Amino acid sequence: MSDATHTGSNSTEFIQHSYLALVRRRRTYGGLTLAIFVLLMVSGFMIADDRNAGGFWSGWHQVLDFPKDVFSEAWEKRAELPASLAKYFPSLIETINIAVASTLIGALFGLVLSLLSTRGLARWPRAIPLFRRLMDILRAIPEIVVALVLIFVLGGGPIPAMIAIALHTAGALGKMFSEVAENSDLKPVDGLRSTGATWAQSMMLGVLPQVAPNFLSYALLRFEINIRASAILGFVGAGGIGAELSRAMAWGPGRFDEAAAIFLLLFGTIVFFDQVSSRYRNKLTEG
Amino acid sequence: MLKIDALTKSFGQKVAVDNVTFDVDKPMMIGIIGRSGAGKSTLLRIMNRMDNATSGSITFGNVDVTGATGAVKRQWQSRCAMIFQQFNLVPRMDVVSNVLHGTLNRRSTLATMFNLYPQDEIHKAIEILGRLGIAEHAPKRADALSGGQQQRVAIARALMQDPEIILADEPIASLDPMNAQVVMDALRRIHEEDGRMVIANLHTLDTARRYCDRVIGMRDGQVVFDGAPELLTTDAARDIYGAGADFSEEATSTQIETLDQAGSLELLSA
Ligand SMILES: Nc1ncnc2c1ncn2[C@@H]1O[C@H](COP(=O)(O)OP(=O)(O)OP(=O)(O)O)[C@@H](O)[C@H]1O
Ligand SMILES: [Mg+2]
Repeated sequence: MSDATHTGSNSTEFIQHSYLALVRRRRTYGGLTLAIFVLLMVSGFMIADDRNAGGFWSGWHQVLDFPKDVFSEAWEKRAELPASLAKYFPSLIETINIAVASTLIGALFGLVLSLLSTRGLARWPRAIPLFRRLMDILRAIPEIVVALVLIFVLGGGPIPAMIAIALHTAGALGKMFSEVAENSDLKPVDGLRSTGATWAQSMMLGVLPQVAPNFLSYALLRFEINIRASAILGFVGAGGIGAELSRAMAWGPGRFDEAAAIFLLLFGTIVFFDQVSSRYRNKLTEG
Repeated sequence: MLKIDALTKSFGQKVAVDNVTFDVDKPMMIGIIGRSGAGKSTLLRIMNRMDNATSGSITFGNVDVTGATGAVKRQWQSRCAMIFQQFNLVPRMDVVSNVLHGTLNRRSTLATMFNLYPQDEIHKAIEILGRLGIAEHAPKRADALSGGQQQRVAIARALMQDPEIILADEPIASLDPMNAQVVMDALRRIHEEDGRMVIANLHTLDTARRYCDRVIGMRDGQVVFDGAPELLTTDAARDIYGAGADFSEEATSTQIETLDQAGSLELLSA
């Protein structure tokens, strides 16, 4: 008896020791990681500072000069603000239109891609890696690169921006959708397949109803992101409010009041859609 | 009529269905028994073509359906309906929609997308539900029903396919004894009244004895018994279940035993 308890406490001690050793090791690793991280940050920053023609330290106080100019000019001409807002509202609509269209098209492609690359659901199980890599590529290439290439080929306008954002969206949403679809219940799908339904029919009736709330919520989130992307692409010639902003700013002092109006429009839009979509997303994931 | 010849299915090294051969010359009710892992589910899934056989063949009438693909395969699946242990309905959809899924084989994808089912098929679906005694649940969501009711919806979906064969993979294994009897009675009636062939995987010996015209016993993927239920002696059962001398039939029949204690068909006829 006493023997048994003795060995028992012995082994407890052993476990305590080895666990503490494990904890110490983990802490060392954690500390090391942190040190490496800080080192990389500092060295990266120094390299960036060296390469930067003006130098970060000498130039950073000028960062505030630009908003100050814009602000003061906008304040002087504040009476014209409503007129400017009205003037640029149509181009805001264009920007939002690009975001809506590209989110819809991208989500549709993302949906198909995600189903094709989810184990258990895929139409051609052997092609899963192919569709996964395709989504990786779509996701990896920044919208602005695709947009620039397309603008070079097709000329400026909203279509290149739409295609660029839609492609990126397909990759990004496809990955998220696929993670949701992976957790879906396969029983209804099996049931539908057993009746002789086609793949499209089984997906539509067996999978979509299960994943729709999550998919919609992700798509709304993506829509918020795409409004920003669509505004930014305006700068490189895709039209919409971004183009107007770049024009107003390039003009320099004299049209800063219009730039301020555009900023206000953009800011208001983004806040508005953030609010709306977060409310809907909460509803979707709760209900 | 239905001819299974040397059907084999391997998962890597594991041979789940091993050289299974049997022949069914007229519609009857067949029970497949065997312990867990014997390959019963795999056999049914291959017959419905949800899984592909490694070798061997399935012939129905004069048609070899073993290698059918695309529309031909789906055509076969619609003639050979399947019922699952977990019902496998679409839980968020209403009962009638679930029954109408039995007609998907005849529907285009576009019609499916817009939920366009002809009125006479909707009527037919509700008639079938009536036949199975659950018409009053027609508008409810499938997941609002009890297990026994859901299984009857699954049977209704199968009937909506108007199949020649109904494959049932442990249709009563997740049901309480009362519902189990209702479901088995329904399957038996479908066989007798409509003349459809029913092949059911069953966990319990006495269910097979009570309802089936023929029993096939499987062990480690192979058919080790094939004959009338009367021939299913305790020795034969011992062989199928691979049990030692301590084998007792009660070990395979908890469900129906409690059913017999509860006592009755009267309880269930309602
Ligand atoms: N997809 C699969 N991959 C690998 N092995 C599988 C697969 N499906 C089945 N098996 C194996 O094949 C064998 C037969 O399985 P099956 O499900 O057909 O048995 P069963 O008789 O239906 O058993 P149960 O009564 O438990 O349902 C088992 O050993 C199982 O592990
Ligand atoms: Mg099984």
